[in-house]
Amino acid sequence: MMSEAAVEEAVGAKVDSQPPVKMQGRMVCVYYGDSQALYDVNLDIRKNQVTALIGPSGCGKSTFLRCLNRMNDTIDTCQVKGSITLDGGDIYDASVDVVELRARVGMVFQKPNPFPKSIYENIAYGPRIHGLARTKSEFDEIVETSLRKAGLFEEVKDRLTSPGTGLSGGQQQRLCIARAIAVSPEVILMDEPCSALDPIATAKVEELIDELRQNFTIVIVTHSMQQAARVSQRTAMFHLGNLVEEGDTDKMFTNPDDQRTQDYITGRFG
Amino acid sequence: MSSAEETIHRPVWDSDEMAARRRKRYAADRRLQRYGVAAITFAIGFLFLLVATLLYTGASAFVQTKARVTIDLSSAEVSADDLMGAPWRNIVRSSLLALEPTEIPRSDRRAYFQMFTSSAPFLVRDHVIANPDLIGKSFEFKIPFSDPLDQFAKGQISRDTPEDRRRVSNQQIGWFDKLQASGVVSKPFNWGLILNPDSRFPELAGLAGAISGSFWALLVCFLISFPVGVAAAIYLEEFAPKNRLTDIIEININNLAAVPSVVFGLLGLAVFLGWFGLPRSAPLVGGMVLSLMTLPTMIIVTRAALRSVPSSIREAALGIGASRHEAILHHMLPLSMPTILTGTIIGLAQALGETAPLLLIGMNAFITSPPEGVFSASTALPTQIYIWADSPERGFVSRTSAAILVLLGFLVLMNGLAVFLRNRFERRW
Repeated sequence: MMSEAAVEEAVGAKVDSQPPVKMQGRMVCVYYGDSQALYDVNLDIRKNQVTALIGPSGCGKSTFLRCLNRMNDTIDTCQVKGSITLDGGDIYDASVDVVELRARVGMVFQKPNPFPKSIYENIAYGPRIHGLARTKSEFDEIVETSLRKAGLFEEVKDRLTSPGTGLSGGQQQRLCIARAIAVSPEVILMDEPCSALDPIATAKVEELIDELRQNFTIVIVTHSMQQAARVSQRTAMFHLGNLVEEGDTDKMFTNPDDQRTQDYITGRFG
Repeated sequence: MSSAEETIHRPVWDSDEMAARRRKRYAADRRLQRYGVAAITFAIGFLFLLVATLLYTGASAFVQTKARVTIDLSSAEVSADDLMGAPWRNIVRSSLLALEPTEIPRSDRRAYFQMFTSSAPFLVRDHVIANPDLIGKSFEFKIPFSDPLDQFAKGQISRDTPEDRRRVSNQQIGWFDKLQASGVVSKPFNWGLILNPDSRFPELAGLAGAISGSFWALLVCFLISFPVGVAAAIYLEEFAPKNRLTDIIEININNLAAVPSVVFGLLGLAVFLGWFGLPRSAPLVGGMVLSLMTLPTMIIVTRAALRSVPSSIREAALGIGASRHEAILHHMLPLSMPTILTGTIIGLAQALGETAPLLLIGMNAFITSPPEGVFSASTALPTQIYIWADSPERGFVSRTSAAILVLLGFLVLMNGLAVFLRNRFERRW
């Protein structure tokens, strides 16, 4: 395991006030059968920051996101090369337990997908399978704090036993975020979490993402330039399977280095 | 611009030619609809014809002509210690003779007693054994008429037929008329049809053996095909690598569902009876053979059910670190269970009506007591129908139809349950 400074040096990043690297992709190539979806992606995810992955449809940003917690394992034909590390340890190493990895790197999906069970059960399920709580009161506490962190507790505290699928779309998505939080992950991956939500629900989720940054490292895939600009500190631009450019969000949106980034964020293509 | 307008040929929508063309297209629509209605009418007509025929021939089997006699046990010849050995034959015969006010000469008594079921002494004996407080008392008991008189009472045998061409003599008709006039003849609902086991005598034959035989066979079939089918489907759907071998397995399973059932019967005969040496005619073997037939259906239904659960649920579970078996057992399987159960019930209903494989493993034996478990010899509903359809006695004609109605009743019940479960519990995504 490389030291923090060595890692930074290897990347060639400025040794400045940037927070430490939490996850790191090096020369990541992804293949679906014979077709290659990602080409040599090098990207750092920094601790307690929101990293936005942007780019036109089919550019590989969701593919990269799904590599970070090995959700691509469920696709038979998918093959990942290169290295992705979490706190310096390669997550594709044979010794890595994928169940543990996914507990440490949680995920929120494009479409809200609560289990068709009660709100309480939705949250308590993760802690239960991982053995994070034993008694009823411990579970109650996890459920309440998770819902509070997701800003949902006040809205649902009187109907914890009613089905999670009965909530509105925005509430369902925040329930899914609470469900991810409940297993105390270190990183939360979000795959276009607001694409199925209306502007008001979107605003709430974005607000939430900003708060969650205190305790979690967040990677978000988004199609909305404004959203990336609003919620993220770092932005990575993908195009046709290549990482075009990455950097501070402010710089990316005001003064990008690459012409393609310039064209994309100004709406000339994508 | 004008040149472009010249080259475009615009159809004249309101011309007669176009109107006629549209009329023809609408007519084709209506014709197609009428073909559909005709086909459905045709199908429903045949279904109606089937049920109506069965009801017409089978309805009379749901009642049984009986004579009410007084059995007098006040004389000391019956003791509680030896009920089996009591002279039941004499007791019943004297009771029967008492129905007829005029003395019947000894030479005619044989014909007289033949009017009633020959098992009457056993019926009375069993009744007294079941109710020991009747000993020493006089009580009324309804004795079934034998099949020819039963048929005569139901109008199946006409008194206009010449005597030598019917199984009821003029003398018996005379006695019967007198009994009817005295009011001891009745036609109560024939519980025996459901509660009695099979018998050589149509008036006593019932479906109890066949129903419990079918029950045991279906239970075995369920216990084998449900767990095996669900496990196989989970493996094929969730774990199996997609390669040539699993392709071949998949094609085979789909084709297995279409194999004629008699082939499974032969397999059961050769393997279960021949090699394993399992007992003949046993519901255990019947259930095993039926499960061979139900398995492919079960696997196909379960796979379809698992596929119908959206992948977002699986991803949700995997995304918070559930292992594959947890994602399947905690989420996918419970959510697809209503569909699986519906498919199971329909598969079992199919198995309930299956005859050919059961014939081959000997479940068409003549057995006069209901099976005590999966190892004792038994018949099943469809094979019982097969046996009765083959029996020469007049009474079995209507009983065959009645048995078919009972079988259809069970099928309707099972399918109704499946529909209910589907409407009540199945989740639409």
